[in-house]
Amino acid sequence: MKRILAILVEDRPGVLTRVSGLFSRRGYNIQNIAVGRTVEPGVSRMTVTLDADRVTVEQIVKQLNKLVNILKVSDLTEEPSVGRELMLLKVKAEPEKRSGIQQMVSTFRAKIIDVSPDSMIVEVTGDETKLQAFMLVMQEFGIKEIAATGNIALLRGARTTRETKGG
Amino acid sequence: MKMNGAQMVLACLEAEGVEVVFGYPGGAVLTLYDEIFKKGLPHILTRHEQGAAHAADGYARASGKTGVVIATSGPGATNLVTGLATAYMDSIPLVAITGQVARPAIGTDAFQEADITGITLPITKHNYLLTELRELPRIFKEAFYIAGTGRKGPVLIDLPKDLQAEAGDFLYPKKVEMPTYRPTYEGHSGQINKAAAAIHKAKKPLLYSGGGVISSGAHTELLEFSRCVRIPVTTTLTGLGSIPHTYDYYLGMPGMHGTFAANHALNAADLIIAVGARFDDRVTSRLDSFAVGAQVIHIDIDPAEIGKNVAAAIPIVGDVKMVLQELIKILKPGDTEAWCEQVKAWKKERPIRFAQSADAPLKPQYVISELYRLAGGDTIITTDVGQHQMWAAQYYALDKPRTFISSGGLGTMGFGFPAAIGAQMAFPKRTVICVSGDGSFQMNLQELATASCHKLPVKVAIINNQYLGMVRQWQEFFYGGRYSQTCLAGSPDFVKLAEAYGVLGLRASTAADVQAVIETALRTSGPVVMDFQVDPQENVLPMVAPNTPIVEMIGGDAL
Ligand SMILES: Cc1ncc(C[n+]2csc(CCOP(=O)(O)OP(=O)(O)O)c2C)c(N)n1
Ligand SMILES: [Mg+2]
Repeated sequence: MKRILAILVEDRPGVLTRVSGLFSRRGYNIQNIAVGRTVEPGVSRMTVTLDADRVTVEQIVKQLNKLVNILKVSDLTEEPSVGRELMLLKVKAEPEKRSGIQQMVSTFRAKIIDVSPDSMIVEVTGDETKLQAFMLVMQEFGIKEIAATGNIALLRGARTTRETKGG
Repeated sequence: MKMNGAQMVLACLEAEGVEVVFGYPGGAVLTLYDEIFKKGLPHILTRHEQGAAHAADGYARASGKTGVVIATSGPGATNLVTGLATAYMDSIPLVAITGQVARPAIGTDAFQEADITGITLPITKHNYLLTELRELPRIFKEAFYIAGTGRKGPVLIDLPKDLQAEAGDFLYPKKVEMPTYRPTYEGHSGQINKAAAAIHKAKKPLLYSGGGVISSGAHTELLEFSRCVRIPVTTTLTGLGSIPHTYDYYLGMPGMHGTFAANHALNAADLIIAVGARFDDRVTSRLDSFAVGAQVIHIDIDPAEIGKNVAAAIPIVGDVKMVLQELIKILKPGDTEAWCEQVKAWKKERPIRFAQSADAPLKPQYVISELYRLAGGDTIITTDVGQHQMWAAQYYALDKPRTFISSGGLGTMGFGFPAAIGAQMAFPKRTVICVSGDGSFQMNLQELATASCHKLPVKVAIINNQYLGMVRQWQEFFYGGRYSQTCLAGSPDFVKLAEAYGVLGLRASTAADVQAVIETALRTSGPVVMDFQVDPQENVLPMVAPNTPIVEMIGGDAL
């Protein structure tokens, strides 16, 4: 099952290596990992998406909690949360195809952010299913390149990750 | 007060009460060694950094204090790797200090540069690369704190050469402030109550205890627990010594080379109380047939151990000593009489046994039991890894914690002798015997020079079977007797070898020689190497074949 972990870490050199090293060392497969800042100075947030059963995730969370630089690990899968990923797609866009692309872009509430004589860059955000669907549509025009952030997520409502229970 | 980085290190070690360090110098720690010289800090120069790491480990296991090891950058640091991994697997508190190339040279493949924090990431509890002198006191404080608290383990501090010479202000912090590191010591009272109720109800309860009992100093509580509710105990390899061997309800070691009683008790129990033990595969063997009828109470300071291999119905996270103290207060004995009789019968009818007749080749088990008979219970035993290790575990009767020092988790050949040097440093007056193998001893025999020049009276008993015996045994049992690369022909004459280092060498080739050799060794005030030339064909029995149920014991029924 797909799981989403939010991990708050001290912003120290090597923390990312410690976390990703733990995943590979113990044989857990990460689908993607996104790292960025938080409102607290010196604290970063990592969002890890992985495929694992409940027992495995419990073990992962416990092992993560043992890393000295980790402040908080929270399994968002069991809670109501919203997740988004940002993706940039460079698509082939010969003049005769542009209106077709534009139509899809507006259907998906995406955005064209760069145009050249025969290509465009499109920006799209959403959850995994939406991005999958958008990629499928864009494939018809020809995708030259993709850059994606990986999934990031927050709990719904007023509660913060810090306020969840566990480590 | 202004000090340079090296002086600060010495001041930190002093503040932590460090009495001795083990190490080996080199270019990147010259400034540090200069301060060691000036301050006269007791330092044991080993002949290999691996030896220094194991010696610090042996010191820690024997004394309960944190061991300290120092090495230079690059090859010095990488030579610590096996020692750190050994300590990590058995949760032994160490602080390793390595030199690093000067800060401006880091990342340039400079001479003797190695990314030792990267290399040791998976085999240390935590590690640091120091880049700012002002952080030195805090990092040392944290390092000792992390190493010696919670589930203990090795911590490494990488110290660039230029930082050792840089001057700055020194103030050692009184307290550690680490919001991200807070071990849980007190067990949850609700869980403790639940555990007590389950224990009261159980008809066939069993205490299964491990190295955590020794680490937290809970041996008295463990015995009291077992006594007051009449529950038999089995202890893992790293837990040996936490229960006196003379205790009625002590069943010995479980697992691959465990006793009949311990394995059958695990198999038949309706409640297993795991105390500071981690259900290692050498204990459980095949998991899907392990203790299927038992409910599990698992007490451990490391939450990640609970439920890792075996599901726990009642998990209790906490320091085992504190949890046992709380439990003892509320325990009510249940009806375990029939069970205790059963277990005692197993113990009596199926003990681990061997036979030594006068004209038969010398049996290794006989050597171990003679060592015990003559050296007694206050002795500290260290072992290497292989058959001799298992015979030592089976036949050296122990009464006290911290008297059996062995690499359990990693199974490191070459551990025993340097660990004995460390243990002897912790207890200069006690007898320290390293039970080694002819293979293992050759992995760190260079430390004979260390023992010799420091006049450390370590006694090495080489169980010389001319083979990598444990591997040979597996080849005999499971690989059609094809002894691929396990014959140790060409080993040195260990008596002459000892003599070359100025160490007394003795040899016993028959059972009749054994007593005199051991007595001479024990009478000798310096180090001794005893070469026991034993039957090369002897196997460690009983044995549970890998991945089979623990009650299917080869040699278990024949005994
Ligand atoms: C460093 C290391 N290398 C290899 C092994 C694998 N191994 C386990 S036991 C053993 C044989 C040990 O031989 P010896 O020290 O003579 O002990 P014996 O089994 O003969 O008593 C070997 C090679 C190991 N445990 N450690
Ligand atoms: Mg051997």
